[in-house]
Amino acid sequence: MTNDEIFEKVQSVLVDALAVDDDEVTPNATLTGDLGAESIDFLDIVFKLEQEFGFKIQQGELFPDNVSQNPEYVQDGKVTDKGLVELRHRLPHADFSALEHDRSVTRVAEIFTVDAVCRFVQNKLQHAGG
Amino acid sequence: MRWLWIDRVVELVPGQRLVAVKNISLAEDHLHDHFPAEHGREPLPIMPASLVIEGMAQTAGILVGHAGGFREKVLLAKLSRAHLHADALPGFTIRHTATLTNYDAAGASATGTSELVDPARPDRPPVPLAEIDLMFSHADQNMSGLDLPEHNFVFSDAFRTLLRTSGLEASF
Repeated sequence: MTNDEIFEKVQSVLVDALAVDDDEVTPNATLTGDLGAESIDFLDIVFKLEQEFGFKIQQGELFPDNVSQNPEYVQDGKVTDKGLVELRHRLPHADFSALEHDRSVTRVAEIFTVDAVCRFVQNKLQHAGG
Repeated sequence: MRWLWIDRVVELVPGQRLVAVKNISLAEDHLHDHFPAEHGREPLPIMPASLVIEGMAQTAGILVGHAGGFREKVLLAKLSRAHLHADALPGFTIRHTATLTNYDAAGASATGTSELVDPARPDRPPVPLAEIDLMFSHADQNMSGLDLPEHNFVFSDAFRTLLRTSGLEASF
């Protein structure tokens, strides 16, 4: 599957899950900021991606899984250095550079772009040999 | 009144499908305000769409809850789609069919079809009433990190009675 085909499928999943128009789903659009996604929408997106691409997504594999519950990773509402390392390791498809300057844990969901979802799918399909 | 918008579970294929029925009754108080007489029009009792949807949510919610042994608090979190086609009138029966489409530790999704059955004309096929897609969150696993009460406030006594009178076991 080409990256363009992946983008189109991811786009249709997001249009369905978030009730937005095609043209709003651009590569740099953030899921929560630009497309209005809320936490339940993340689960909906996971389900729809699984159905669209035929792979299984574990909890915390695509979107961060309750990072704020772990005191080693988040302290006083800010992501620690250890937390940032862990996020980068667990979620290589996301770009966490914005977190360098502003460690507020509320930003973790905000940095997720359409592009990050596409990269996740690409990585996943590559591992599966697809 | 009890907030039960289904009366009986008539079919359950665990983890797959649940069918429940609701008889619409003129004894339901709100029907006399929905809609009252207005501008020369007589009162028009019609079941509010929100309550048709709630009935489907309870149907699907029991399917999801049962699939998890009623251990989780199953909360309706999102209505992905709700198309309604007809008026649900007193004296008719709504038949809700919920089919499970996804299920994991964080939550579940279901797709539902609601039909109107006319008890006076059992020979006639049911009339399509609604297509409703829903998403549930398993409250304790939810991503929002909300702190919720320990006891299972979702599957209350009223629900247990419904399950029992429908012939379903619910050891919780």
